[in-house]
Amino acid sequence: MGIVAPEVGKHSWPVMATHDGLKDRLAELLGDALIEVIAHAGETSVLVQRDRLVEVVTKLRDAPDLRLNQLIDICGADYPERAERFEVVVHLLSMALNLRLRVKVSTDGHAPVPSLVEVWPNAGWYERETWDCYGVMFAGNPDMRRILTDYGFEGHPFRKDFPLTGHVELRWSEEHKRVVYEPVKLAQDFRSFDFLSPWEGTDYVLPGDEKAGK
Amino acid sequence: MSSLGSAGAAWTADDTIDVLPAKDGNEIQNYMINFGPQHPAAHGVLRLVMELDGELIERCDPHIGLLHRGTEKLIEYKTYLQALPYMDRLDYVSPMCMEHSYVLAIEKLAGIEVPLRAKYIRTLFAEITRILNHIMNTTAHAMDVGAMTPILWLFEEREKLMEFYERVSGARFHAAWFRPGGVHQDLPAGLLEDIIAWCDGFPKVLDEMQGLVADNRIFKQRNVDVGVISKEDAIRMGFTGPCLRASGVAWDLRKSQPYDAYHLVDFDVPVSTDGDCYARFMVRMAEMRESLKIIRQCVKDMPAGKHITDNRKVAPPSRSEMKRSMEALIHHFKLYTEGLHVPAGEAYVATESPKGEFGIYMVADGTNKPWRCHIRATGMAHLQAMDFLCKGHLLADAPAVLGSLDIVFGEVDR
Repeated sequence: MGIVAPEVGKHSWPVMATHDGLKDRLAELLGDALIEVIAHAGETSVLVQRDRLVEVVTKLRDAPDLRLNQLIDICGADYPERAERFEVVVHLLSMALNLRLRVKVSTDGHAPVPSLVEVWPNAGWYERETWDCYGVMFAGNPDMRRILTDYGFEGHPFRKDFPLTGHVELRWSEEHKRVVYEPVKLAQDFRSFDFLSPWEGTDYVLPGDEKAGK
Repeated sequence: MSSLGSAGAAWTADDTIDVLPAKDGNEIQNYMINFGPQHPAAHGVLRLVMELDGELIERCDPHIGLLHRGTEKLIEYKTYLQALPYMDRLDYVSPMCMEHSYVLAIEKLAGIEVPLRAKYIRTLFAEITRILNHIMNTTAHAMDVGAMTPILWLFEEREKLMEFYERVSGARFHAAWFRPGGVHQDLPAGLLEDIIAWCDGFPKVLDEMQGLVADNRIFKQRNVDVGVISKEDAIRMGFTGPCLRASGVAWDLRKSQPYDAYHLVDFDVPVSTDGDCYARFMVRMAEMRESLKIIRQCVKDMPAGKHITDNRKVAPPSRSEMKRSMEALIHHFKLYTEGLHVPAGEAYVATESPKGEFGIYMVADGTNKPWRCHIRATGMAHLQAMDFLCKGHLLADAPAVLGSLDIVFGEVDR
C-alpha cells in the first residue's frame, strides 16, 4: 500500500498520484462513518455519513499517508429522484502527496450539513454558495447570507425544479425612479430542445406515437 | 472619526457598528464605507463594505454576485458543445484557459484521445493566454497604485496576442476554439513564425515595464509588506496559483499534475517567500518569462498531424469530406444537433489557469447534456481572504491587495 506516481503523458487530461489500496485504507480510517467508496475515471469519491463529516475530513487531513490538507471546493448537486435529493460535494487536495479525494454527503434539504469553517476558513463562502443555490443549510457556519443572487432573492436557483428563466425580472422604472421587480414575461414560450435520438432510448412517448403501444 | 452623520443611512443594515461612548458624552462609532460596486479599482463589480477606524480597515466584507449569470444552470440546459462558449465568459481575461479545463473534463469522462499536435497547440495557446492575463493584471495592479504608464505600454503587446487569437479562432476574446478532442481549426500558415517574432520582441518591453515599476520607490512603498499571507495561511485559505507561490509554496499543476503537452516542455516555477503584494506581482512577472520559454518550445517541437481527433462521434468531419461522403454528412448533422454523448459518471478536472487552480466538476448522466457542471472559481478563495489580508491596513492598501489577488468577476460570480 502506498502512493503510486502518476502515469504522465498517456492522456490529455491532468493525472495525479494515486494510492493503491485506498479503499481498504479509507475503510480502516473512517470506520462506520464510511458508506461507500466510488472509483471512477481514475478518481475516488467517498460517500460518508452526514453528521460525521467534520470528523471524516479532519481524519483525512491529519492522516500521515493522505495529508489532504487543502479544501479546494464545496458544491451542491441536485438529484430529485433520490430520497435525500441533495448531495454536498467536498473536494480535497494533498499538495504533499499529489492526491485528490472527493467527499460526499447527502441531505434532503431540511437536515443541516455540519459546517467545515472550523477546519478550513475558506469553507465559509463555498457553503454560502451551496446554501444560496440549493437551499442546503450548514450547521455551524456563522454567516449564512446569500452570496451569488440578488439582495432579497427568493428561492434556490440551481435546484432542478427552479425554472431556467426564474420567476422575476427587473427593470428601471422611470415612474418610481428605482429598479422594480416584475413577474417574468416571455415574448415566446421557453423552449427546451432535446436532441436525443428517438432510436436510442428516449424515456418519454414521442408526440404522435401515443397510439403505437396500444 | 466622529459622528457618522447622514452617510450611514445609505447602506443596508446588514452590518452592525460598534458604538463607543466618548469622554465628552458624544457617541463615537467606526466609519462604514462602500467601496464599489462601480469603482475603477474594484476590477469589475465588487462591493466592499468596509468598517474603518480612522483610515485603518477594521473589517472588510466583500459582496459578490453582481455579475452572477447562472452559468452553471445554463450549462445544464445546453449540449456539451453549446455550453463551451460560456467558458470564455467566465474569466474574460484568460478565455482559452477556461475552455481548457472544460474540454479536458469532457475528454476525461468520455475517454477521448487527442493527437499530439493538438496537445501542443493547446499548450501554446494556454501560455499565450497566461501572458495575456498577467499583462492585464500586473499593469492594472500598477495603475491601482498610481503608475499609469505600464498599462499603456503593455496593452499594445496584449493587442498583438489578441491578434493571434483572432487569426486562429476569428475572435479576439471569446474564442470557443478549444474543443473536446483538440482545437476547432488548425493554425493558419505563418502564424508560428509570427509568434516567434513576437517572442523575440516581448522581453524588451517587459524589461522596460519592470524597470519602470519594480524598483520604483512609490510602487514599493505601496506593495512591499502589504497584504502578507504566510505559507500555512495560504494553504488553509485555499490559495492556488501565483498567490500561493508568492507565499513560498512551489505548487504548480502544470508540473505536478501535467496535462496536454506540459510534461514535454521544460520550464521553471517562480516562487517567492515574502507573501506580500510585491511578491505576487513579481511572481507574475517571472511567470511571463517562463511562459515565453514554453511558447518557444511548443513552436519548435510541434509535430505535423491532425489538430483534432479523428473520432467522428466527437469531432466534425472536414468540409471537403462532407461534400463527398454521406456518412460524414450524417456525422456532421448528428454532432451539431444531438451533440456528443458523454458516458455517465463524474470527474473533477483542474488546470493551472493564470489565476490558479480552475476546476470543472462535471456530472454526466449519459445523455448529450451535463447533469451538473460546477465551476471551481479561483478568485473565490482569494477574494474571501480580503478580510484577512486587509485587516489593520490603511484604506489605500485595499486596492493594492485587491489588484495583487487578480480577481475577475466573470469567474468569481459565474
